Amino acid sequence: MRIPCPLCGERDSKEFSILGDATVKRPDPDGPDAAGEFFDYVYLRDNPAGTHCELWFHEAGCRQWLVVTRNTLTHEVAGAELSAGRKAKKR
Amino acid sequence: MRYSALSIVKNALSGNRHWKPVWREREPKKAYDIVIIGGGGHGLATAYYLARNFNLTNVAVVEKGYLGSGNVGRNTTIIRANYLLHGNNPFYAHSLKLWEGLERDFNFNAMVSQRGVLNLVHSDAQYDAAARRGNSMRLLGVDAELLDRRGVQKYAPYLNFDQERFPIQGGLLHRRGGNVRHDAVAWGYARGADARGVDLLQNTEVTGFKISRGRVTGVETSRGLIRAKKVGMAVAGSTSRVAAMAGMRLPIESHVLQAFVSEGLKPIVPGVVTFGAGHFYLSQSDKGGLVFGGDLDMYNSYAQRGNLPTVEHVIEAGMTLMPSIGRARLLRSWGGVMDMSMDGSPIIDLTPVKGLYLNAGWCYGGFKATPASGWCFAHLLATDEPHQLTRAMGLDRFERGHLLDETGRGAQPNLH
Amino acid sequence: MSGRLERGGLIDRSKPLGFSFDSRRHQGYHGDTLASALLANGVRLVGRSFKYHRPRGFLSAGPEEPNGLFEIGEGAHREPNTRGTVQELYDGLVASSQNRWPSLRFDVLSFNDWLAPFLSAGFYYKTFMWPASFWEKVYEPFIRRAAGLGALSGEPDPDAYDHGYGFCDILVVGAGPAGLMAALAAGRAGARVIVADEDFLPGGRLNGEALEVDGRPGHEWAGEVAAELASMPNVRVMKRTAVFGAYDSGDWGLYERLTDHLGQKPEGIARGRLWHVNARRTIIACGSIERPIAFAGNDVPGVMMAGAVRTYLNRFAVAPGKRAVVFTNNEDGWRTARDLLDAGQEVAAVVDTRKGDRVPAGMEAVAGETRVAFGVRITGVLGRKSVRGVEILDGDGHSSVFAADLLAVSGGWNPTVHLTSHKGAKPVWREDIAAFVASKDRPGDQIIAGTANGAFSTAQALGEGLSAAEQALSDLGRKAPRLRVPKAENTATAIEAFWHVGEARGRAFIDFQNDVTAKDVKLAHAEGYRAVEHLKRYTTLGMATDQGKTANVTGLAVMAELTGRTIAETGTTVFRPPTTPVPIGAFAGRAHGRHQQPTRLTASHDWATERGAVFVEAGNWLRAQWFAQPGETDWRQSCDREAAAVRRSVGVCDVSTLGKIDIQGPDAATLLDRVYTNTFSTLAVGKARYGLMLREDGMMFDDGTASRLGETHFLMTTTTANAVGVMRHLEHATQVIWPDLDVQMISATEQWAQFAIAGPKSREVVARLVDEDVSNEAFPYMGVAEVTVCGVAGRLFRLSFSGELGFEVAVPARHGDALIRAIMEVGAQFEITPYGTEALNVLRIEKGHVTGAELNGQTTAADLGFARMVSAKKDCIGKVMAGREGLVDEDRPRLAGFVAADGQARLWAGSHFIEEDAPADLAHSIGHMTSVCYSPHLGRYIGLGLVRGGAARAGDTVRMVHPLKGIDIAVEIAHPVFLDPQGERLRG
Repeated sequence: MRIPCPLCGERDSKEFSILGDATVKRPDPDGPDAAGEFFDYVYLRDNPAGTHCELWFHEAGCRQWLVVTRNTLTHEVAGAELSAGRKAKKR
Repeated sequence: MRYSALSIVKNALSGNRHWKPVWREREPKKAYDIVIIGGGGHGLATAYYLARNFNLTNVAVVEKGYLGSGNVGRNTTIIRANYLLHGNNPFYAHSLKLWEGLERDFNFNAMVSQRGVLNLVHSDAQYDAAARRGNSMRLLGVDAELLDRRGVQKYAPYLNFDQERFPIQGGLLHRRGGNVRHDAVAWGYARGADARGVDLLQNTEVTGFKISRGRVTGVETSRGLIRAKKVGMAVAGSTSRVAAMAGMRLPIESHVLQAFVSEGLKPIVPGVVTFGAGHFYLSQSDKGGLVFGGDLDMYNSYAQRGNLPTVEHVIEAGMTLMPSIGRARLLRSWGGVMDMSMDGSPIIDLTPVKGLYLNAGWCYGGFKATPASGWCFAHLLATDEPHQLTRAMGLDRFERGHLLDETGRGAQPNLH
Repeated sequence: MSGRLERGGLIDRSKPLGFSFDSRRHQGYHGDTLASALLANGVRLVGRSFKYHRPRGFLSAGPEEPNGLFEIGEGAHREPNTRGTVQELYDGLVASSQNRWPSLRFDVLSFNDWLAPFLSAGFYYKTFMWPASFWEKVYEPFIRRAAGLGALSGEPDPDAYDHGYGFCDILVVGAGPAGLMAALAAGRAGARVIVADEDFLPGGRLNGEALEVDGRPGHEWAGEVAAELASMPNVRVMKRTAVFGAYDSGDWGLYERLTDHLGQKPEGIARGRLWHVNARRTIIACGSIERPIAFAGNDVPGVMMAGAVRTYLNRFAVAPGKRAVVFTNNEDGWRTARDLLDAGQEVAAVVDTRKGDRVPAGMEAVAGETRVAFGVRITGVLGRKSVRGVEILDGDGHSSVFAADLLAVSGGWNPTVHLTSHKGAKPVWREDIAAFVASKDRPGDQIIAGTANGAFSTAQALGEGLSAAEQALSDLGRKAPRLRVPKAENTATAIEAFWHVGEARGRAFIDFQNDVTAKDVKLAHAEGYRAVEHLKRYTTLGMATDQGKTANVTGLAVMAELTGRTIAETGTTVFRPPTTPVPIGAFAGRAHGRHQQPTRLTASHDWATERGAVFVEAGNWLRAQWFAQPGETDWRQSCDREAAAVRRSVGVCDVSTLGKIDIQGPDAATLLDRVYTNTFSTLAVGKARYGLMLREDGMMFDDGTASRLGETHFLMTTTTANAVGVMRHLEHATQVIWPDLDVQMISATEQWAQFAIAGPKSREVVARLVDEDVSNEAFPYMGVAEVTVCGVAGRLFRLSFSGELGFEVAVPARHGDALIRAIMEVGAQFEITPYGTEALNVLRIEKGHVTGAELNGQTTAADLGFARMVSAKKDCIGKVMAGREGLVDEDRPRLAGFVAADGQARLWAGSHFIEEDAPADLAHSIGHMTSVCYSPHLGRYIGLGLVRGGAARAGDTVRMVHPLKGIDIAVEIAHPVFLDPQGERLRG
C-alpha cells in the first residue's frame, strides 16, 4: 500500500505509523460535559466499512502527520494532506 | 446419529451411504425467542449453550455466509488461559475447562490437543512480567511454569539458542494450552445446537434492526423480517457495522490480522511457541503445516487481507526464533478482521437498546474464548444478568475507567 | 534413457548431467527438469500421496504438480516438497522421495489404502474421542507421525535471501504468447516494463507445443521476442520469477530463484530474491492449467495430463509411455494423440466423452491411425504402480480393455485467475468455455490476456497480448507501436464439460495429493458440508501444497452436480497469496537473527567493551549491564561493587540512550505545559525540572526531565524505551491537536553522548572536566548550563537518578569516546567506577525512582505517588480522563517499598501481595512486586511494588506470594525511598 505524502511523494506504507480516525477533535477540557466528550474523543472512533479519514504519521520520512482518505474495504487510497496544513486552512 | 469408532465401521461396511447431514437446512420462522446474529464460533456456541444449559431452543442463528465463516474459520487455532488480570483469566480458565470436556460434550472430535504454549522471554523485565502473569495463573489454579534458559532448551530444543541479538532467557510454559481443529469447533457446536432444535440459517444477512421504543423486536434480513424477543450480536470483525444499524457507536476498531501456513512437513514443533522480541507465534498442525502469525497490519480494514511489509515483519521474527524454517515454503497467507477493542479485552454485556445484547471486541483472542464466550453470553441472554465471569467485561468500563488492559497499551486498539 | 526420443526437444544434448534419485544414479541433459529427466530414465513411480500413501507418478509438467514432490539436496541444504516439474536439473542433483517408509516401492503406510473405507473424509471428527486422555497420548501422536510430506533438516537455513524493489509502468506476468506479445508492444512503446515468468525458458506453452507462429516453430518466435526484450534498456525480463501475490496500490510480490538450478552455488550470491514491484498497470498473462477428469484409477502412475504429455514430447524429447490412450472432452486432447503419433509413438485409442462422432478439424490423420471412440468414458485403470491397461465403457454399456502404459487426460483448461482474485474479486463462470475467468470487478490496474482470460487459441492469445498492451499504454497516456499479430493456430474452443465418471466403481481422485475422491465429495454433500468452503475444509480438497490447482474446479463441479446448483452458483473458495509456494526465508531477507532489528551503539561502546562490559539491549541500544572485573564470577559481585562505589566515591554511566528532544519556538513552554502534568512555563532558564507525561486516557506514559536552555528553547529527555513514542506524541500534539502552536522539535538522541557522573566525589571529577565553576552556589541542584568540556562545547546538567550528588555531562556524540576516556582519567584519583544498568537499577530502587516496571501503562500518576505533580491549575493531555472513577479508586494498588519481614529473605519481582489472613488466590491479590534488588548499601533485598493502600501502610506486613517458585513469605511495607528521603545528598 502506498501513501501519497504531500512532502515526500508516494511512499510505502511501512514508513508510516497509523493512529486511526482523523475526524475526532480534542474537546474543551473545561466544557460542561468534558468527561463525556473526552470519552467520546478517546474511545469512540469512526470505524466505517468504506471511506475513512485517518491519521498516518510519516515517521520514517518527513515526520508529518497526514490525514489520509482510504477505503477500508478495498484499501484504495484517495489522497493525503498534511494534518497541520489542513487545520490551518480551516482557520 | 452418534459419532463413534463403531459408527465409522458400520457406515464403512455399508459403503458410507447412510451418514446423516450434520445440520438441517431450515427456512426461517417468523419469530423466535432469541435470534443470534453471527454463525461463527461464538454465535454457534451461544446457541448450543442456550439449548443445553437453559433449555431455550426457540432460537435461530443467522449467518450471512456459511457457518463458521467468521474468525473461527481463519485463526491460528490456539487455546490458552495465560492471562494476567483477574477480570480476564478466570473466564479463560473456564474456557479451557470447557475445551477439555468439549468433544465428549458435543460428540464431535475437534482435536483439542493440549501440547503446551510457551511464551519466551528475552530480558529481565520480560521475565518479571512473565512471573507476574504466571503467578496470576497459578493463584487461579491454572498451570504455569517459569523456565530458565536451560529449561527452554530442554523443552524446545528446536529453537535458535545461538542468536545473541535477543537471546532466549527463559519462558512461561502453560502445558494445558495447545491447539484445536478450528473448523470442527464451529461444526461441533452447530451440530449440537441443531440437534437440540436451534435453527441455523446460512446465507441470511442481517440488514437492519426493528427497534420500537428503545426495544429491539426483530431483525431485517436478506430473507425477510425475523421477529425476536431478544437479539444477541456475535459478529466480531463486523461489530461496528452491525451495531451502527442499531444506532450504536462502540469502542472498537476493525483491523486485519494476517496468518500463515507452510507446506506440510514432518513434525518438528510439538506445541505452541511465542517469540518475545518481536510478535511471532508458531505451531504445527496435525497435517504438518507450520501455522504462524504476528502483528496486525495496523490500519483499519474490513478486507480480510493484508500487505507484504507485515508478512516480512512477522517472518523476520520467525526466522530469528527458528532459522530452520527458512527452507520450508510459505503455502498460504490469509487475513481475518479483528474486533480490536480499546483496552484489548472483550465486551459481553447488555446494550443501551433493550433486548439487544453484545458479544464483541475479541481482538485476536476470540478463538480460545469460544466455549466460555458461548457459555456466558447464553447466560446473559437467558437471564439478563452478566455471568459472574464476565462482570469485568462490561461496555461501560471505558467510561468508568475500569479497564481490562493486559498489556498496558492504552486506548490505541492496533497496539493491543 | 529409455524414454528419450532420438531427436528434438529444447534440451542441450551436448551437456549431459548426472543426478540421483533415492540413491540411484541417472543421467539427463541441460534444459531438463527433474521430472523430464526421470521420465526419460523410465522412472514413473516418484511419490506417495498424503493420506493413503498411494503410488504416484507425475501428473503435470508445471508448477501445479500435485504428485511429484521431492526432497532436494542434503544436510542443512535439504529442501522438502520441491516439485520435480519445476526443479531444473543440474549436475550432481540429489533427489529423494518423501512420505514413505521404508522405501518408495514398499511403503508400510500404504496399508492406509486398504483401510480407505474407514478413513473417508472427516472420519477423524467422528472418533478418537474415547477415552479423553488417549487423544494426546495415543491417537494424535500416531496421526502426527503420519503428518506432512517432506522433512526439514532442523538446521538453520544456510542460504541468504535478498530483497529487491522494482518500479515499472507495466508488469507483465507470464512470458507465454500473450505475455511476450504484450511485453514486446509495451517495450517498443518505450514504457518501463518488467516481464516475469516462473519458468527458466520464456515461451510458455509455445515451448511445449508443436505449433507454428508466423510459419516457424513457436518456441523460435518466443526466443526471438525474448531476446529483443532482453536487449531493450527499458525492459527487464525476469526468468525463474513467480509473481505470487497482488497487494495494494499496484504492489506485487515476486520471488526470483537465483541459484536453485546451479550445481555449484556461487559464493556470495543469495539463493533467491523477494521483489516488491510497484506497477502502474499489470498485464496478467499467466496462462491456464489443464484439469483432470475424475475416474477410477485416475491416479495410477502413467495417467498424465494430455498437455503435459505434449510438453514432455516437444520440449524435453521424452515419451512418457510407449502405448497411449487419450481421454478427452475437448479438442485439445486430440493434439496429444497427434504429437505422439508424429513422434513415432503408439496410440491405442482416443476416447472422447463428447457425443456426435465428430473428428476435430485437422485430426483426420489421427483418426486414421488410431481407434477413436465418442461418447465413451473410462471406468478403470489396470495396474497399481504403473498403468497396464485402460477399461472403457461405451454408450451401449459395453466394456472393453485397451492395453496401454500411458493415459493422457484432458478435462479442459482452467485459466489461472488466482492473482486477479487476491484482492477480493471472485472469478466468474463462463459456460461457453466451461471455465472460471477473472471478474470484471477486479482492480482497474489489472488487464488479463491470453489463456488466463479464456482465450485458448494461440492466435487469440497473441492478439489479446497486443490489445492488453495497447490498453495499458493508452491508460498511461502512451502511444502504442504499430505491431502485427503473428499468424498462428486459431482452433475454436470446443468443450463439453465432463467432470467425473459416475459409473466409477473404484476411487476417482480429484485432489491427488490429499487423496480426496469423488466419493468424499459425495459424502460431504450427504453430510451437509455443501458450501464450497465447507467442502474444502471437511474433505481437505485443495489444501495440499498445490492449493488445488488441478483439483478445485473439478471438486466444486461435482458438488454442483450433487446439489443441482450451477457451477456459477456454487462458486469458488478464496484464492490467497502466494500463488506458488515461496521459501519462508525469502520473506525475512537478511533482517533476521542479529539483523532482525538494527543495533544501536553508544559512543562509549568500544571503551565499554575494553572494560569487560556485558551488554543488554534497550530500545535497540546495547547498554553496558555491568563491567566484570577480574575475579568476579557472578554479575551480582560486579553490580554490588559498582553500586557501592557510587555511594562511596564516584561512578560513571553512559546515559546517552535516553531520548533527547530539542524543542524550540515561542510556544515551546506552552507545549510542555500541555504535555506534562506539571508546569514548565515557570521554569527558569538554566534549570531542569522533572516532568510526568500522561496518555490521553489518563495513564502514565513517560517521565523525564526537561531543561530550559533559553526562553524559547527546551531540551526534553525521555526514557530509552519511549524515545520514539514520545517524539510521535509531541508531533501529534503540535500537528494534529494544536497546529496553531508555534514550535518545532527534533530528536537529538543520537547527536549527543551523555554521561552521568554520580557520587560524593562527582563534583571534583566534573570540575576537572569543564572550564566553568561547578560549585553548589554557582551550579545548584537541577542546574543546566552550556559549558566547555575538555575544550569542546558541551552541556552540563545537575541531575541525579542515583540519589547522590550527580551531574550529567553531554558532548556531541563524536566526542563521546574521548570524553569517557577523559572522565576515567581525571576520575582515577577518586577510583571512579564505571557502572552499568544493573547498578543503575539498584541505585534507583534505593531511591524509590520508577522505571519501566512501574511505568507499565497500567498505572496512574496517583498510583505511583505523583498525585501532587498533576497541576490543578491547567489542562494537560490525559488530565480529564485520569479523573475517571476507576482511576481514582482508593483501592487501586499504589507504590510502596518492601523489605522481607525477616530482614534477609530474597524478594522476587512478579510476586503478588496477599493480606496475611487472606487465602492465596487471584481474587485476593492486592498488588504485585514491580522491582527488586539486593541493596549493598542496606545489606538486604529491597523491592518496589504496587499494593492496595500503598506507602501509607508502611509498617504493615503482607505476604509476598510467588507460586511459580513456591515462595510465600511475609514482607513489610515500607516507604519507597529507602535512602536519604530528604534528598540531602543530591543537593550537597
